[in-house]
Amino acid sequence: MTADHSHAPASDAHEPHAPPHQEVHFPTWKTYRWVALILFVLTVAEVWIYYTPMKGTRLFAPALITLSVIKFTIVVMFYMHLKYDAKIFRGLFLGPLSIAIIVIISLLFLFGHLSLHAT
Amino acid sequence: MATAVAEHHAEHHYTSTGLPHTKIAIWAFIGSECFFFASLISTYLIYKGRSVVGPFPHTPWTDPSTGHVYHPILNIPVTSTSTFVLLMSSLAMVLAHAAVERSDHKWSRIWLLTTAALGATFLGFQAFEFTSFVHEGLKITTNLFGSTFFITTGFHGAHVTAGVLWLITMYFIDKKRGLGPRDAVNVDVMALYWHFVDVVWVAIFTFLYLLQ
Amino acid sequence: MATTVAAPSVTGKAHKYESGIWSWLATTDHKRIGQLYMYTAIAWFVIGGIEALFIRSQLYGPNGRLVSADTYNQLFTMHGTTMIFMAIMPLSAAFFNLLIPLQIGARDVAFPRLNAFSYWVFLAGSVFMNVSWLIHAAPDGGWFAYAPLNTRQFNPGVNMDFWVIGLQILGLSSLAAGFNFVTTIINMRAPGMHFMRMPVFTWAAFVTQFLIILAFPIITVAVTFLLFDRFFGTNFYEIAAGADPLLWQHLFWLFGHPEVYILILPAFGLVSEVLPTFSRKPLFGYPVMVYSLILIAFLGFGVWAHHMFAVGMGPVADSIFSVTTMLIAIPTGVKIFNWLGTMWGGNLSFKTPMLFGIGLVGLFTIGGISGVMHSSPPSDLMQTDSYFIVAHFHYVLFGGSMMGLFAGVYYYFPKMTGRMMSEPLGKWHFWLTFIGMNLAFFPMHFAGLNGMPRRIWSYDANQGWDFDNHLSTYGAFIIAFATAIFLYNFLRSRGHGALAGNNPWDAPTIEWSMPSPPPDYNYAKIPTVTSRYPMWPQQGPTPLSPPVPTAGGDQPLPTYQTAEQLGIHMPTPTIKPLLATMGLTLAFVGLIWHRQIPIILLGGAIFIVSLYAWVLTPLEPEH
Ligand SMILES: [Cu+2]
Repeated sequence: MTADHSHAPASDAHEPHAPPHQEVHFPTWKTYRWVALILFVLTVAEVWIYYTPMKGTRLFAPALITLSVIKFTIVVMFYMHLKYDAKIFRGLFLGPLSIAIIVIISLLFLFGHLSLHAT
Repeated sequence: MATAVAEHHAEHHYTSTGLPHTKIAIWAFIGSECFFFASLISTYLIYKGRSVVGPFPHTPWTDPSTGHVYHPILNIPVTSTSTFVLLMSSLAMVLAHAAVERSDHKWSRIWLLTTAALGATFLGFQAFEFTSFVHEGLKITTNLFGSTFFITTGFHGAHVTAGVLWLITMYFIDKKRGLGPRDAVNVDVMALYWHFVDVVWVAIFTFLYLLQ
Repeated sequence: MATTVAAPSVTGKAHKYESGIWSWLATTDHKRIGQLYMYTAIAWFVIGGIEALFIRSQLYGPNGRLVSADTYNQLFTMHGTTMIFMAIMPLSAAFFNLLIPLQIGARDVAFPRLNAFSYWVFLAGSVFMNVSWLIHAAPDGGWFAYAPLNTRQFNPGVNMDFWVIGLQILGLSSLAAGFNFVTTIINMRAPGMHFMRMPVFTWAAFVTQFLIILAFPIITVAVTFLLFDRFFGTNFYEIAAGADPLLWQHLFWLFGHPEVYILILPAFGLVSEVLPTFSRKPLFGYPVMVYSLILIAFLGFGVWAHHMFAVGMGPVADSIFSVTTMLIAIPTGVKIFNWLGTMWGGNLSFKTPMLFGIGLVGLFTIGGISGVMHSSPPSDLMQTDSYFIVAHFHYVLFGGSMMGLFAGVYYYFPKMTGRMMSEPLGKWHFWLTFIGMNLAFFPMHFAGLNGMPRRIWSYDANQGWDFDNHLSTYGAFIIAFATAIFLYNFLRSRGHGALAGNNPWDAPTIEWSMPSPPPDYNYAKIPTVTSRYPMWPQQGPTPLSPPVPTAGGDQPLPTYQTAEQLGIHMPTPTIKPLLATMGLTLAFVGLIWHRQIPIILLGGAIFIVSLYAWVLTPLEPEH
């Protein structure tokens, strides 16, 4: 229900919460093609990192996690068109997702897999 | 298209947000699934490196009683390929959705079937992976790595299987009566599920396969 | 007032509700499903209560030998599991079903057949778990079934198999209902029913659904691990394989603490409806009530490890969870003060629902305060696993949840059945429950602080626990007697109570604008809502309370026009959700019963076929 795309039907004009017509402009083939290409390149990059000397360094994990976060975000924003769709879906997805991520991080702390002091 | 769907919808059922019920429900479901997979992935990470016997994911292991040397279990090139297959299936899925929106029956069927086929290919890779792991000495009962690995990827595979069945069902509905703009919401809901299963794999691939 | 909502026509051709067993098996009507939930939950409440009476009789004096230690383990495990998953949660679900569509001005829930499925799955799961009594192998690992005691090695019988599978089935029911109600509340509000005009019960239900859909996946995973450990030899809780027993505790309480709020928030919501009506004042601080609900839910995911201070998580983790636990007491305290503010200066009338409502405010506060006492790790170490904890959570769950749910039953019984429950019997029920509950649970504080451990089967004399246990047992039997009065009142009033009329309490929210019981289509015309309390005047003083109906017990209920006469399309009744449930249950039966693969496959096949038949059939007849 993005405000820019919604308009109240004339018959209910006095009612501020009348249902807006759903006019979501999904991305086009051109966007999808780019998204697919970027995802492909990022996957190649991930695997490439795995086979380079970077594997032994402290950058290895952060680099991989960053790449997968980017991939995750791109799929959610474009293929799942969260970027274009009604705002309520962002709430329904990002709320639980962020709590879930906090829970994962807390659990890793509690089991001693993460530490406040770098080792 | 979306306008047409909303109007068709509004004829019978007023909704407060103007959005279809199924779409709200699938996003709520996806939010819930975040917790499902978060629990699985955190368990994998918590138990990482705690197996008392091999084989291990990234390092070789010599069985002290037999002297048998087990190779590192994970086969990154194979899984990278299957990861790529699943990513491409998401592309096919959005194209199927676009074709349904414009009532292009020929292409909607082609893309629905392509998506299902790519999903099935992914499952084939997984079946190959599982059997070869078992062959190399890693079963679900072998050690903590085996238990957490097979459960996490297995549940993901079950989600893919459900998605493939859903796609095939949708394909047959398309063949029977032709999917048009009024079905676009249903295909969209299926697509959201499918893409979510895909992003879960993005996380699994990184955390289970690549990170050490 | 009633001008804002169109009441359905009561004239016209007489139409009686369809009755007969088939109409119940195939129903998709949220009100009927709500009633099914209510009857079933009350039945399990009685059974869980009988288990409690055995426990209390066993503990009446030192060296009790009424039941064996083995049976005792089964009794306390099933008492907890039954009360939490089969009594309080489904009783809350009964109100979700009965009230949410009525309160938001809808004809039904978003997915009526899924709603029926939720109920049948709940029924199947609860029966499944209790069948274990018939072979004297009920679950016996405590309601939180700590690892590794729940594993095959330490618990080789089928007892915990019933628990594992039963809980899995029950979780499925709650999840399905959760998605349904989230969608219903977001998407089926009548015109003008903004989020900040929703009745507070619907708000509480909304927040609870989010807790359910986010917390239940965690227990599903934890229990799946256990299921695989027990049935397929995996290593999730296998210490010898390097597993950490704390994994179960963390996953369980990650679910378990939100579960506590899943149990209490619906009761909070009901009381937030009852107190304004009987104080003749709008709820004090409505927005703050809503925000505190949301805050409680959010913080509810950040306190789980306060159940685990005794395992030694270290000072950093202990401090963090101690602080978050103290923090969550703030929004909870805000609610208490808002209820007091609602009653303050009000024109109070002490009808039965009001008594139970006030009972919640007082008794929950006691449980809440003893709860904050556990938030400090040093004092928790003294209290944990003692009867002090048992006292605490019974004040919260009986003094809180059950009191609130009883308030809801008395308050909404007229809407549900069209008849009033007896006021004198209700007052007897309340006062006996109030006395019995304090007699039963308050002495447990002392027994616990004097060192009496929780879950103990029998104890020696001369430990200073005898008197406290005497009192607790007397209290338990007084509660049982009170519950018998309630049952009589509940069952008899369905056919013989005074006719209620649309709004016997002169309550403010829109569900009271429609006839009691409501027609299957609810509102003949979907109402347009213009305020939070459409049934009360928007200007001027709130009306004084009218006399509550006491006559008409011998007269029939009013009749309405049918949906067809009004041209309203209602869902076609269908048996398919029930068939799907049977398939699913059969598969689980096959798993527990010597792992019969053919039975598992047959059950799975029935499930999938029913699911396809259900999904591919339109909800309503084609038109
Ligand atoms: Cu807690």
